[in-house]
Amino acid sequence: METMLKIDNIHVYYGAIHAIKGISLEVKQGEIVTLIGANGAGKSTTLRTISGLLKPKEGSIRFMEKDIAGVKAHQIVKEGISQVPEGRRIFAEMSVLENLELGAFIRNDKDAIREDMEMVFHRFPRLEERKEQLAGTLSGGEQQMLAMGRALMSRPKLLLLDEPSMGLAPLLIREIFSIIQDINKTGTTVLLVEQNANMALSIAHRAYVLETGRITLSGDAKELAASEEVRKAYLGG
Amino acid sequence: MDFTHLLVQQLINGVSLGSIYALIALGYTMIYGIIKLINFAHGDIYMVGAYIGFFAITQAGMSIVPALLVSMVVTGLLGMVVEKLAYKPLRHAPRISILITAIGVSFFLEYTSMYFVTPTPRTFPAVIDNISFNLGSFVINGQQLMILGITVLLMAILTFIVQKTKTGKAMRAASFDTETAQLMGIDSDRIISLTFCIGSALAAAAGVLVGIYYNTIDPLMGIMPGLKAFVAAVLGGIGILPGAVAGGIILGIIEALVSGFLSSTFRDAAAFAILILVLLVKPSGLFGKNTREKV
Repeated sequence: METMLKIDNIHVYYGAIHAIKGISLEVKQGEIVTLIGANGAGKSTTLRTISGLLKPKEGSIRFMEKDIAGVKAHQIVKEGISQVPEGRRIFAEMSVLENLELGAFIRNDKDAIREDMEMVFHRFPRLEERKEQLAGTLSGGEQQMLAMGRALMSRPKLLLLDEPSMGLAPLLIREIFSIIQDINKTGTTVLLVEQNANMALSIAHRAYVLETGRITLSGDAKELAASEEVRKAYLGG
Repeated sequence: MDFTHLLVQQLINGVSLGSIYALIALGYTMIYGIIKLINFAHGDIYMVGAYIGFFAITQAGMSIVPALLVSMVVTGLLGMVVEKLAYKPLRHAPRISILITAIGVSFFLEYTSMYFVTPTPRTFPAVIDNISFNLGSFVINGQQLMILGITVLLMAILTFIVQKTKTGKAMRAASFDTETAQLMGIDSDRIISLTFCIGSALAAAAGVLVGIYYNTIDPLMGIMPGLKAFVAAVLGGIGILPGAVAGGIILGIIEALVSGFLSSTFRDAAAFAILILVLLVKPSGLFGKNTREKV
């Protein structure tokens, strides 16, 4: 499989705080890769650096053979990377439809946008029922679906998901994760950040474990899920 | 009868004055909505707009509509330049720095203008015939009708842009959550620049209309209407466009009623009493929901 995203030894700072201390990882075409780890380990920071919201002080990020470290967030989307941010961050005061339209902001192919909108509605039927509603009136699960649908509207090659399970009931989490698998099967590569390591490892091909800004373990998701170290630290024994 | 008569007459005056406040308040509220800056230089942008309109009419011999358009375009560009030079370098600075910079820009515009156009007030040419219409026993004059017509038209155009166009949706998205808007591929710097352009153009239109209404302009004319428009924006709920319009009109009406029934000396006091009252009773304004704190 071809390498899609290759991060080499990046260092990221929040002001004086050294949040990412030399992370290297790669995502291959067609994979689901997950980053797991405790709160504050640097998972979200890594995603935000890939999507251009943060700038690495050192190191390189290559996506499809192109150096994208330090490229501005609104241009990264055009390269084919789309992020579902932590806490969903939907545009609450706009309608569901408008949220999806904004997801397709970089595109001008009206007919194809309409088709993709149908595709999103097919994947998330509840969004179609509520398309005229203000996004802020949706339930937590529906908002997560909207955030994912919105991200898909840019036709990303790589989808970054930041804590999609946050604040959702177990049944909904299972639904969301099976949708993530579906999205992956239809050709979108996924980089998933999760605190719910169990769920994440169950759908991912490979995984990286982050601890205070460094990668401490990496490998096949199934093997990691079975390893003593990961079980103790992240899977509750 | 006399009382009702005076009341209705003052309402007519109040709505026309208020619609001018509304135009200025729209710019205040749009700029606040997107970068959370109380742009204290906004009143001076309005003053510059009035002067550009003045020179377009007196020096270039334009009639009112082209002069209004020229003033809006040039002032819109000025707004973009101010944002780029003064505010953009402070995008990540503490909010107080950019606020103080806005006050600096305000003085800069006032006194640079004074240098070029002299502090002497100028008489704005009478661009439309001094006609008035009698509706029963009430009088509405040509200027008031024109102010209302132009304001309503501009607001309709603004509403269309903000609600229906792709750029307008990007503006609303960026104003709600700039970072997430960037994740959609929206260039927030461009949107901020555009917001300053539109807000300044609206202020310019207000400046020209005030010139026509009061017949006189001077380099410090922006201070009081700038503050009043700020009150109007806060009254309606800062950051909310329909709130700015409502706030402007209500403020105009209250001022007209105070001038009509008490004394025009208390006009300004009334405006600021409203500000104090709003801040005490409902700081989020008439149209505001309870303050939303982003985590």
